Amino acid sequence: MHGSDQHAALEGQIGQWRSYLHRRQAIHSVDVAELEDHLREQVSGLMESGLDADEAFLVAVKRLGRLDDLSREFAREHSDRLWKQLVVAGPDDGETRSGVRREAVVAFSLAVLAAVLVKLPALFGLDLDQDGSFYARNLSFFVLPLLTGYFVWKRGLISSTVTRWLAAGLAAAAVFANVYPFGPGGATEALTALHLPIALWVAVVGAAYAGHRWRETAGRMDFVRFSGELLIYYVLIALGGGVLMAFTALIFQAIGVDIEPVFESWILPCGAAGAVLVASWLVEAKQSVIENMAPVLTRLFTPLFAAVLLVFLGTMALTGVGIDIEREVLIAFDLLLVLVLALLLYSISARDPEARPGVFDIVQVVLIMSALAADAVALQAIGARISEFGFTPNRVAALGMNVILLVNLAWSAVLYLRFLRGRGTFAAIERWQTGYMPVYALWAALVVVAFPPLFGYV
Amino acid sequence: MEINKDLTAASSTPLVLAILAEEDSYGYAILQRVKELSGGQLEWTDGMLYPVLHRLSRLGLVESRWEVAESGRRRKYYRITAEGQSQLAEQRRQWQTVDAALRSIWHALSDPAPARASGLAAPTPQGA
Repeated sequence: MHGSDQHAALEGQIGQWRSYLHRRQAIHSVDVAELEDHLREQVSGLMESGLDADEAFLVAVKRLGRLDDLSREFAREHSDRLWKQLVVAGPDDGETRSGVRREAVVAFSLAVLAAVLVKLPALFGLDLDQDGSFYARNLSFFVLPLLTGYFVWKRGLISSTVTRWLAAGLAAAAVFANVYPFGPGGATEALTALHLPIALWVAVVGAAYAGHRWRETAGRMDFVRFSGELLIYYVLIALGGGVLMAFTALIFQAIGVDIEPVFESWILPCGAAGAVLVASWLVEAKQSVIENMAPVLTRLFTPLFAAVLLVFLGTMALTGVGIDIEREVLIAFDLLLVLVLALLLYSISARDPEARPGVFDIVQVVLIMSALAADAVALQAIGARISEFGFTPNRVAALGMNVILLVNLAWSAVLYLRFLRGRGTFAAIERWQTGYMPVYALWAALVVVAFPPLFGYV
Repeated sequence: MEINKDLTAASSTPLVLAILAEEDSYGYAILQRVKELSGGQLEWTDGMLYPVLHRLSRLGLVESRWEVAESGRRRKYYRITAEGQSQLAEQRRQWQTVDAALRSIWHALSDPAPARASGLAAPTPQGA
């Protein structure tokens, strides 16, 4: 009896060890099988020499070496794999389906499903050209439910309560996007189209991505990293797709066939939707293997943006010309704050929280401060004349977003300065940023739910 | 005894090739053989053997196949190739050269009295 207990415990431990190993992308499942054979041999050898199962397992695992080192050695030897595994998913011999392959199959099936979803409304007579507003409002629903489903599946959340909440959230969003009697070409409709993806991205996809860690700083930070990498991959795929389509158009032109109608109504919308899922899968598959791109770009552009803003502020101070207030200006400053926030987030995500303050941190603070100063000038100009302009939905939405971003960056600057002076920790900045994330989702949801009735659906 | 990392890395190729030249083998058995050959002095971190085997396989010096062992588990066996054999012969020559050079100097050192005496004594008659 005791022996079989021990045996079961050992099997459990080996299973756990195997799943740890499977998570390392550089180690294929054939290698895991090879290492497992080794581990078992070692364990039985040690047990014969008198150790019990527990001890034998610990010693055998220890002798295999640290998982990180092992993974690094495999990655060094199989550097090609880090690339190849994305295309030829799975091992080179007839090993049973690996996790990599199954995941690729799921991701690509979902991508195809997204492409089908995009074309589904056309079956009910909703044309992409004539019913553009329907597509604009429902853009999120072609892709985000599938992406959420992908992560629900991947994180093993299928039977958990989280999933029910996510489904409920998506359903509620679909209702709000479609029940309001929007006036034709109305501003509130455009605002819904713009804010719904934000709300769903942070609240639904974010929760699914982080899984059981969605309350934790680290889980949310991972989601921030994921979002940045996804954007980069998406842009790359779009570029590649563009090149492919240009060539296709050229060679078909040579035989006198115009592919533009097919391109506009099929390839572009379906490709754009499917690419989100493929890009997500790529980020997931590669995240642990190569250096991530977002932090690298951040390092490159933070000093440049800081320099541009400083020059802008300097020029404004020297020439004495105030900001000329147009509606677009507010949006431009919103975008500026978003950019600065993104630079901040990605430098946070890649920073070693234990590291001491350095030159780059000072540049970061300069960037935040100059963005705040520029935004303050713009806000002041708007505030002085807001009564003259009146409160349109667009202006209120842009102003609200501006205030939210401003609060975030201002407090980040305070925390950053404390950190530079050695009075605060870097973790506090991280906590503040991840803790603030729901605010964006709430504001975006508020715009979607409350603005249309508030402003009479104009 | 802790063997220097570079030395371990450098000696791993000839050792693995030579063990496979004896007979086809698999990871765990190769490690046991290394232990046996060095009288337990040479201990590798077990996991690190596999990237080495995979490198040799990529270079075409060994080839691998899966077999079902008597325990019922699938096991990956490695076999040395013709190219591996010639590589082994080449490595053997190189190591023998290094070994011979080291041997002579160890020999000279272990017999210090005459060596030092002659070394110190030599300049005097030349200078005189």
